[in-house]
Amino acid sequence: MKYLRLFTAFFWVSVMNELAYRVNFFWQLFQSLLSLFVSLAGLGIIFSYTDTLGGWLPDEVLALVGVYLLVGGIIGLVIQPGMEQLIESVRDGTLDFTLTKPEDTQLIVTIKRADIWRLIDIGLGLAVLITALVRLGEKVGVGQAGAFVLMLIAGGVIIYSFFLILATLSFWFVRVENILVIFQSMYEAGRWPISLYPGWLRYGLTFIIPVAFATTVPAEALTGRLTWETLLGAVVLAVVLVIVSRVFWRVGLRHYTGASA
Amino acid sequence: MKALASLYNQQFKTTLAMMFQYRASLVIWMIGQVLEPLVYLIVWTIVSSSSGGSIGSYTTADFATYFIVLMLVNQFTYTWIMYEFEYRIREGLLSLALLKPVHPIHSDIADNLSSKMITLPIMILIAVGLALFFHASISLALWSVLLFIPALLLAFFLRFLLEWTLALAAFWTTRVSAINQTYFVLMLFLSGQIAPLAILPSPVQVVAGILPFRWLIGFPVELLLGRLTRVEALTGLGIQVAWLLGGFIILRIVWRAGMRIYSAVGA
Repeated sequence: MKYLRLFTAFFWVSVMNELAYRVNFFWQLFQSLLSLFVSLAGLGIIFSYTDTLGGWLPDEVLALVGVYLLVGGIIGLVIQPGMEQLIESVRDGTLDFTLTKPEDTQLIVTIKRADIWRLIDIGLGLAVLITALVRLGEKVGVGQAGAFVLMLIAGGVIIYSFFLILATLSFWFVRVENILVIFQSMYEAGRWPISLYPGWLRYGLTFIIPVAFATTVPAEALTGRLTWETLLGAVVLAVVLVIVSRVFWRVGLRHYTGASA
Repeated sequence: MKALASLYNQQFKTTLAMMFQYRASLVIWMIGQVLEPLVYLIVWTIVSSSSGGSIGSYTTADFATYFIVLMLVNQFTYTWIMYEFEYRIREGLLSLALLKPVHPIHSDIADNLSSKMITLPIMILIAVGLALFFHASISLALWSVLLFIPALLLAFFLRFLLEWTLALAAFWTTRVSAINQTYFVLMLFLSGQIAPLAILPSPVQVVAGILPFRWLIGFPVELLLGRLTRVEALTGLGIQVAWLLGGFIILRIVWRAGMRIYSAVGA
């Protein structure tokens, strides 16, 4: 409960900060719409030549685009800003201040910053997702919806832990700002069903950089493609990564010596 | 001329040193450069093989070849100046560049070319690997190879001029990222990065031919792949030259206007 209060407090600080620049809303909206337009126009061209893409119907790929935007929005809203700030504060030593706070440092680092304009992506993603679901009609049952939410949470946790592990590297290698960009360029590949890709790329996008769990797996759950093995695997991986990233974080934190003090 | 040559030489050494310093960012950049064409390559080869082995005049293997050549052309012509310029103006770094007795575009061109000398061999290796994996095949005609070289160089200079001019928008606005993103979206569709222009709807093809985008990427790729007649190829080169001259004039106008309103921040 206390954590929720902390989160709300930090979130409001972000909101207040950003509301000073209200015009940004329209710019972000413009950029999100552009990005959506790219996805839809690309799909339109491709499906003018074919009826299914690797076994996925147009509306199912549309649902995937919705998930892609939604998860991308979540990552941009809460995961990435916090981790970027963490890397920066390790470099310039301002992590000292966070360490003196009476709460768990990992928690504070995580919720400290939010890029509230990414809520637009979340909204657009949901809108696309709902459109796709309506067009798919009856095919989505309660079980599939439940599996979808579970996979979305598992995917979010996996991505978070992955980002935390990358950001924790900054305790050893100070200049790692760019490391988070790897994820961004790989995330582009999540626009399409991972099953399209040849084996090596599919494994890379599943186990090295877990893009598959963020987009394809939740979309699979929604379109009734999810196998029990994948579902179980995603949950187990999420749990394992949470523990691993936590342990790694604590080891890293012990390496922290401060920069200027 | 001699002064410029020594400037390029010096910039090459500096860039080289910096690139070894930032090896990791280089690898990350390259991942992005490879991944995007690769994704479209995969998508289109799947679409093509599921609709009988070809779309329009492109067979499945042609798609693979198209996107692999496109990856190389894109790598050769791309610039990162639009991100850099905003930072330069915001931090007041441009003032330093203005103190030097040569136009700042020269050190940018030198920097760009130097870093490509390092990355291009690696990209060619990756391209060969991908070509083997996806069974890409290409039959080169001597005349198209000979015309490809000037087409590629013109594409490089044209793209450089265009993006350098666009980067100057940072003089007037702090919202460069929206401009950049619009540019990238147009580029994606109209330069042939998302699909060969020949299989896009015909209004898109017409627009792509009028605007500069096709001449930055799509044209050299089509030329090397032997998809153009000699007349089309020569006309294309002519259009590239015309755009280059136009771009040069626009750059001069915009640069002068920008110089008048530039007041260094943070100095």
